[in-house]
Amino acid sequence: MNFGVIVFPGSNCDHDCMHVLSDLLGQKAVPVWHKESSLAGLDAVILPGGFSYGDYLRTGAIARFSPVMGAVKQFAQEGGMVLGICNGFQILLEAGLLPGAMLRNRSLSFICKDVYVRVENAATPFTGFCKPGQVLKIPIAHADGNYYTDEVMRSQMKAAAQVVFRYCTAEGEVTQEANPNGSLDNIAGIMNPAGNVMGMMPHPERSAEDVLGNEDGKLIFLSMLDALKKAVERGVSALVGGVTIENIARR
Amino acid sequence: MKAKIHVTLKPGILDPQGKAIEHALATLGFANAGNVRMGKYLELDINEAAKDKAEAQVKAMCEKLLANTIIEEYRYELQ
Repeated sequence: MNFGVIVFPGSNCDHDCMHVLSDLLGQKAVPVWHKESSLAGLDAVILPGGFSYGDYLRTGAIARFSPVMGAVKQFAQEGGMVLGICNGFQILLEAGLLPGAMLRNRSLSFICKDVYVRVENAATPFTGFCKPGQVLKIPIAHADGNYYTDEVMRSQMKAAAQVVFRYCTAEGEVTQEANPNGSLDNIAGIMNPAGNVMGMMPHPERSAEDVLGNEDGKLIFLSMLDALKKAVERGVSALVGGVTIENIARR
Repeated sequence: MKAKIHVTLKPGILDPQGKAIEHALATLGFANAGNVRMGKYLELDINEAAKDKAEAQVKAMCEKLLANTIIEEYRYELQ
């Protein structure tokens, strides 16, 4: 499969993502400079972590106007698979591809540590390799990960099972103590209603190989790869995890 | 024409920076200071003589980029 990793000025996890995809999963991963206007030939797109445009104004606020974001929006509308990690998640929020916004961490600190997240929805193309309720240990590294959305959107997201990951204890209990940044409902990752765009604050690319002592993050990439392969097997329009992912095979 | 724009978090939205500043003020003895809200201030020149046109542009700038209206509100003055 062909993965594109978008590189904004200030992205710094692009190479980690490409390493996981190419060296660990044996897939083709190419960097896509933010000035590109086409994503032709790609099966999935990843917006990596970092500090795009120095986080000026708000995290992701400037990056969302990069030329490539027009192509990312179109790619997403056509059912293409888009994963935003950390700053990539923040950019997807600012771009309106995912609902809500990020506030400064409750503690005001930049938090860089391993956290536990519970898989709230395992029937997504991003979590197909996880069990429902499975606890994953994945590191976070951010200052603005305090997810917020209004009551209306909160209930819409609940109804559509759009919350994919929530911060929890090692035992899988969702508690305030396990919430590192003050995020609403302990939300660590969400997807769009169609299920082809997901954003998550934890960094799966930093916990995807044994040599790093943790392979939990690899499940995300394996799930994506599996969903893409199944989509291709089933034809141009495929049902993956209860979600219609059209056009993936065409790309 | 000069636009002076203030962007602040909406009422009711947690403002951790404002809270930290409030605690610092209390430590300094300003115990009667409360409800600190921290925001951003932007100043820009618009090459536009007509006030209504300039105002429409500033509003569009705030809506599209300067404020994230999910969490922030804005106000501006034109001079």
